[in-house]
Amino acid sequence: MRNVAIVGYGHTKFGVRNEVNLAELAYEAIREALEKAGLEPKDVEHVVVSNVGGWSSEPLPAVVVAEYAGLSGKPLHRVEAACASGSSALASAYEAVASGMADIALAVGVEKMNESPTPNVVELIGRAGNYFWEFQNFGLTFPGYYALYATAYMNKYGATEEDFCRVAVKNHYYASMNPKAQFPRKIDLETCMSSRYIAWPIKLYDSSPITDGAAAVVLASEEVAKKLTDSPVWIHSIGMASGTANLSRRDDFTGLMAAQLAARAAYKVAGLEAENTARYFDVAEVHDCFTIAEVMAYEDLGFVKRGEGYKLVREGQTYIGGLIPVNLSGGLKAKGHPLGATGISMAVELTKQLLHEVEPGRQATINKGMAVAHNVGGTGHYAYVTVLGLEKPRGR
Amino acid sequence: MSQRQEADAYLKQLEAYANAMKSSVGVPVIVDPKTNVAIWYDQREMRFKFLISVERTRRFFEALSEGKVLATRCRQTGEVFFPPQVDCPGVKDGEVEWVELPREGELVTYTVIYTKPYSFSHYDDYTVGIARLSNGVQVLAWVRERDPKRLRVGMKVRLEVVKREPEGYLTYELVPEQP
Repeated sequence: MRNVAIVGYGHTKFGVRNEVNLAELAYEAIREALEKAGLEPKDVEHVVVSNVGGWSSEPLPAVVVAEYAGLSGKPLHRVEAACASGSSALASAYEAVASGMADIALAVGVEKMNESPTPNVVELIGRAGNYFWEFQNFGLTFPGYYALYATAYMNKYGATEEDFCRVAVKNHYYASMNPKAQFPRKIDLETCMSSRYIAWPIKLYDSSPITDGAAAVVLASEEVAKKLTDSPVWIHSIGMASGTANLSRRDDFTGLMAAQLAARAAYKVAGLEAENTARYFDVAEVHDCFTIAEVMAYEDLGFVKRGEGYKLVREGQTYIGGLIPVNLSGGLKAKGHPLGATGISMAVELTKQLLHEVEPGRQATINKGMAVAHNVGGTGHYAYVTVLGLEKPRGR
Repeated sequence: MSQRQEADAYLKQLEAYANAMKSSVGVPVIVDPKTNVAIWYDQREMRFKFLISVERTRRFFEALSEGKVLATRCRQTGEVFFPPQVDCPGVKDGEVEWVELPREGELVTYTVIYTKPYSFSHYDDYTVGIARLSNGVQVLAWVRERDPKRLRVGMKVRLEVVKREPEGYLTYELVPEQP
């Protein structure tokens, strides 16, 4: 297996982007990523496109995007892993380069959720999981899925709705300094606490929005990366795991087993211990599709013990200056969550963080040179944990 | 106005706008009222209803008519499957038998759904919960109580077969036991 580095990255503005179609949106990110790497479409040897779709009009998004971007003819495929599709694309592109199949690979995530009316989007995203046994009879929604976790977590550990709202306040704070964010503005605790219930106890301000957006990364082998850039960001590991389709077949509703397994796998390959893991990283991006998901992520990633994630929030430990800064992009809650792009957006954000390329005020202190991304598909139906670093991975 | 009516009204408004544009300039391109950009109003509509096979689990649906909720159990390993399936992975020639689920359970978690999918927006707010039955099997279903203040993790519930209206078909529900 060869070492693989991120050598180019691009990221669109997230939000309601109906001034562009799906291919145009993807190309915004692709163009920026190729320019950053100093490459042209002809140099790319492998392309992976992540997109969930359903609410957008193109059933074959990968070929539409590739044609538009001048990438027709390349090895190409579309991946879908619900909200973790972006990390799945990154993993697939990584494998193409690590295996020697390609020297340069492009992973691009794109989602256009505003091509359908909101109730249809709510319907389509709610059907995810097991349609027949969960949706057909019981109309579970995406917020409803995570609300089942929030209820169980609150009951078991004594966390409050206010604890979850503090996550939203933090993420909006950092989004206010991120020009690519869908909601680049601060909120106060009262705004979140007084917002209407979507699926008890999840409120509007606990929830990530319906978002259009795209993000792209160019990956290169070590040999090629050295020629292209003085500052490669290395992929140290990508851990992945899955969970049951039916929520009723899970033992626990206070953490995502798939995320725990993915983290453990990533840490093992990266040579990291699985406990007290905040010490290894300068910054983290985690999957806060709902605020409860961020609290569980702190525990699933091993930053703290089970049942202590909400205490990190109360103590402000996931701001810059705390135990570990989390979601300095604004997170899914405030930056936006275009499902197929989110995992790649995390990789772009962490690359920029490690390279000191983000806006002042939301730049983490980089002294360990390591970052971690936690990307979850559905309600822990899929989970990916990616470890990035400035130093080349050891042992290869 | 329900969420569904709101969504329908909005689409009707857009459709009227697109029709007016086709009449005046020949193409269904409208200016989106919210963002002021050009949008093509799709001229192709399709309806989505699936034809889902339940041949292997036919017994489950027959039993609903008898007022029972069934699961399957692997003859070799004893593993109980709910939702039911007639295959027993990991076992050579794994065979299952149908078993009736106990009615008694306790609530493991729950949520009240306020923002609903389009196809559920004609219902009042409903609660989805997961209960652990007395044999350890967990069931996800509606809970017949819409006030979060009256719901509690651990409360006793009963699994019952009910008729879902207005569609008029049988399914199952979790009914709180009176305290």
